[in-house]
Amino acid sequence: MNYQSDKPLLIKGGTVVIPSAGLEDKRDVLVVDGQVAGIDRPGSFDSVDGAQTYDISGKILTSGLVDLHVHLREPGQEWKENIETGARAAVAGGFTDVCCMPNTKPTNDNGQITSFILQRARDAGLCRVHPIGAITHAQKGQELAPLVELHEAGCVAFSDDGYPVASSLMMRRALEYSSMFGGILAVHEEDKILAGDWSMNESALSLEMGLRGMPGAAEDIMIGRDIELARITGGRVHFCHVSTRRAVTLIRRAKEDGIQVSAEVLPHNFTLTESAVRDFNTAAKMSMPLRSDDDVDGVLEGLAQGVIDCISSDHAPHEADSKNVEFDKASFGIIGLQTTIPLTLEKVRQGKLSLMRAISALTDDPRRCFGLPMTGLRVGASADLTVIDPLQPFVLNKQSNKSRSSNSPFWGCQLTGAAESTIIAGNFVYRASSDSFNPSCRTS
Amino acid sequence: MTGKEPQHLGWSRVMDGEEVRRSIARISHEILEKNRGIKDLALVGIRTRGESLTDRIAKTIEQIEGIRPPVGVVDITLYRDDLTSSAQQPLVRGTDLPFNVDTVRIVLIDDVLYTGRTVRAALDAIIDFGRPRLVQLAVLCDRGNRELPIRPDYVGKRVPTSKNQNVRVRLLEVDGEDGVFVFSPR
Amino acid sequence: MINKPEPVKIGPHLLGIAGLSLDQVHFILDTAEQFVEVNTRSVKKVPSLRGKTIINLFLEASTRTRTSFEIAAKRLSADAINISAGTSSVTKGESLMDTAYTLQSMSPDVIIIRHGSSGAPHFIAKLLDKTAVVNAGDGLHEHPTQALLDLLSIKQRLGRVTPLKLVMVGDVLRSRVARSNIILHRLLGNEVTVVAPPTLAMKHFEQLGVRICHGLNEGLKGADVVMSLRMKFEYLKDTFIPNLDEYSRLYCLTEEKLKELAPESVILAPGPFYRGVELSSELVDGPRSLVGNQVENGVAVRMAVLFLLSMGRGGAQS
Repeated sequence: MNYQSDKPLLIKGGTVVIPSAGLEDKRDVLVVDGQVAGIDRPGSFDSVDGAQTYDISGKILTSGLVDLHVHLREPGQEWKENIETGARAAVAGGFTDVCCMPNTKPTNDNGQITSFILQRARDAGLCRVHPIGAITHAQKGQELAPLVELHEAGCVAFSDDGYPVASSLMMRRALEYSSMFGGILAVHEEDKILAGDWSMNESALSLEMGLRGMPGAAEDIMIGRDIELARITGGRVHFCHVSTRRAVTLIRRAKEDGIQVSAEVLPHNFTLTESAVRDFNTAAKMSMPLRSDDDVDGVLEGLAQGVIDCISSDHAPHEADSKNVEFDKASFGIIGLQTTIPLTLEKVRQGKLSLMRAISALTDDPRRCFGLPMTGLRVGASADLTVIDPLQPFVLNKQSNKSRSSNSPFWGCQLTGAAESTIIAGNFVYRASSDSFNPSCRTS
Repeated sequence: MTGKEPQHLGWSRVMDGEEVRRSIARISHEILEKNRGIKDLALVGIRTRGESLTDRIAKTIEQIEGIRPPVGVVDITLYRDDLTSSAQQPLVRGTDLPFNVDTVRIVLIDDVLYTGRTVRAALDAIIDFGRPRLVQLAVLCDRGNRELPIRPDYVGKRVPTSKNQNVRVRLLEVDGEDGVFVFSPR
Repeated sequence: MINKPEPVKIGPHLLGIAGLSLDQVHFILDTAEQFVEVNTRSVKKVPSLRGKTIINLFLEASTRTRTSFEIAAKRLSADAINISAGTSSVTKGESLMDTAYTLQSMSPDVIIIRHGSSGAPHFIAKLLDKTAVVNAGDGLHEHPTQALLDLLSIKQRLGRVTPLKLVMVGDVLRSRVARSNIILHRLLGNEVTVVAPPTLAMKHFEQLGVRICHGLNEGLKGADVVMSLRMKFEYLKDTFIPNLDEYSRLYCLTEEKLKELAPESVILAPGPFYRGVELSSELVDGPRSLVGNQVENGVAVRMAVLFLLSMGRGGAQS
């Protein structure tokens, strides 16, 4: 059924999850003129004139999902992905908002590139795209990028993702400078010299496979460093793709000390261990690498306890040619926008994560981490909503994949859970039932 | 074949234990007769049953002449021309010719002569070791259907067969009894 | 009654010692012993692989291993073709995948590959469905024929393959031969010790079933087989050891030490070594040394591997 955005929309029958209110119960939600007009007990809005009813029995309604870490590859690497195809993968995966990393070609280290990205996102008319600007010029770590210009152009955070900010002095300066407008540095933590030319986690497995491994310490050392720098500068740090138990311990203590840090974890780091690379399987090669069983448990515990704030995908599209090579030469990363929901729900099913916590980590917490507007299930807020069917079987394959690239270790796997509808400002931008996209011009 | 093969499964016996032993004795005598004695003679068996036959013939000759002739064994696995079409993994057991191949007259010994390809492979193996003065062939059973121009000098029994039949020799040392059997599919 | 041994299926590829069963190891060794005999004849050739094409794809420099494989192929009457790093299109930027497809279209029966990246032979084996792949050394991962020929040398000299105490001295970390030997000897149930400074003898080795010793004297005690692994000095800047002198002082193997700590032991050096630095000349040239046998046995083992992989694959091929 086609829903018209000029008529009221009554979403009934589903379980509404609002983590900030501790709510996980049957509620009806009324959407009028692109805004949430009311959330109340079932039946409360039955008398509303001319309302279209959208029955989501058996499904879950949440605020729109937000992914703080995706790579859209445009400008410069459009053969891997572009903003439009990335946005399609995002809304098909249930995301209303994504933040894209600046490691494009050219780097998003000035206002023009930021504006370009925002324009392309408007052209696509699907999910909201919030650019992340570079910390240093061309991400080379030598000169600070014009952070205020980037901020004013629309960047919501800064990152040199793919690289750490190697120089402690540069990181300090970046934190101090950005603190004058409350800027957030989303950092890729890796001591590159210690890590060397690695292609997987350092362990007995890397020894057996004859591959250079990156010890967890190379990640932990930089996290420790940046906690101290955040402490002395008062700046804000968001730790990208946290993958070790030790890192969770450090972040917990930092938060207890009142330092402004936040952290994200990627679904593959709480689903797979390093054994996924066992047959030199380049589909499982990524940065940070897949780690040990203990690390997987550690990050899940960290997520469940809220030490790790949110879940991001680090959607990193790569063409097949860059993965169909010798393991040590293969590119790092996997696509992830459409597998986040099923992989996260799997942990809920296994009892490792409550549904409330999982949804919070995908909705309220990422918004809070980057200071994004609190849209979604709030009366008066923009109706950015996601309907999730937790029992829907999902297989990432040629038919279902919206990304231009197919690099995923979950390709062809039977998963459970998918987005049913993705709604932005009351507009159904994606419907799984008809596998259709409906771009609007309301996204900005 | 493992264990005894009863008649009713399609196997019929064409030589019993006594016939086998008499043939071996006769062949031993014929070898001595044709070669006028034991001088420069060497017996070479083709693995696996050829080995046991060679041993028996050598013993018989020793009983007659008082001297045991030199005995060797050849493994044709490395010389076969049909291994790629076989689905079986080959087992290489080695060739041992403990005498000077260039000076001897070799009697090559095998249990069954069929297409002749095994004998050809054995000749190739022997010739890689040297140039014997002559090579004669002794077989316990000749089943016909030659594919190469190879003829035996000494034969225990001629058993004409067709291509879809199977011939098996069983020897005491290897199989626990002596006999030659033919299998005819129904 | 003559006991007939059973043949054991080997193949379709030999990518490493990992994945081989004890039966397969013994079968390869037994077959190799037959080829040792062939190599003593004046006509060192057998027609078994006549008409077969074997390609040596050596994308990492090597003289001894490549020559050994070439001789093995030729003694089996196969047609051996050498492609090395300098002459292949890989230098022009051709991907390994395209190199493999190009070679496959020439219908080789076996491709022997040496490559600087771990997992390269596995990658090629996944791509090619009609060709057997033999790993002649991939990155730091494995060098299976080397471990097998080392084992053959040990068997010939000591008359057994187990029980044995194997001690590996030197750069175990950056040695694929070490890894293959560790897997092989653990499969046989032998005790394996590595002797090296902590920078090289990472504690993860213990999870591979290996004992770690930092002192040479302590490690050598009671050894049956001592294997010297070349210290990769060309990478001194990686700072695993400060310099040659210090290394030699701590880890050089001499007749004196072996006589005192492991009097019955034999010594192997799978690969080039520095005389006087890792092994004393006296040791290399002396009666303990199996270094000379390693070369001969290399050809026999490689003949066995090529023979077994090419045979018994059933049905019409190429």
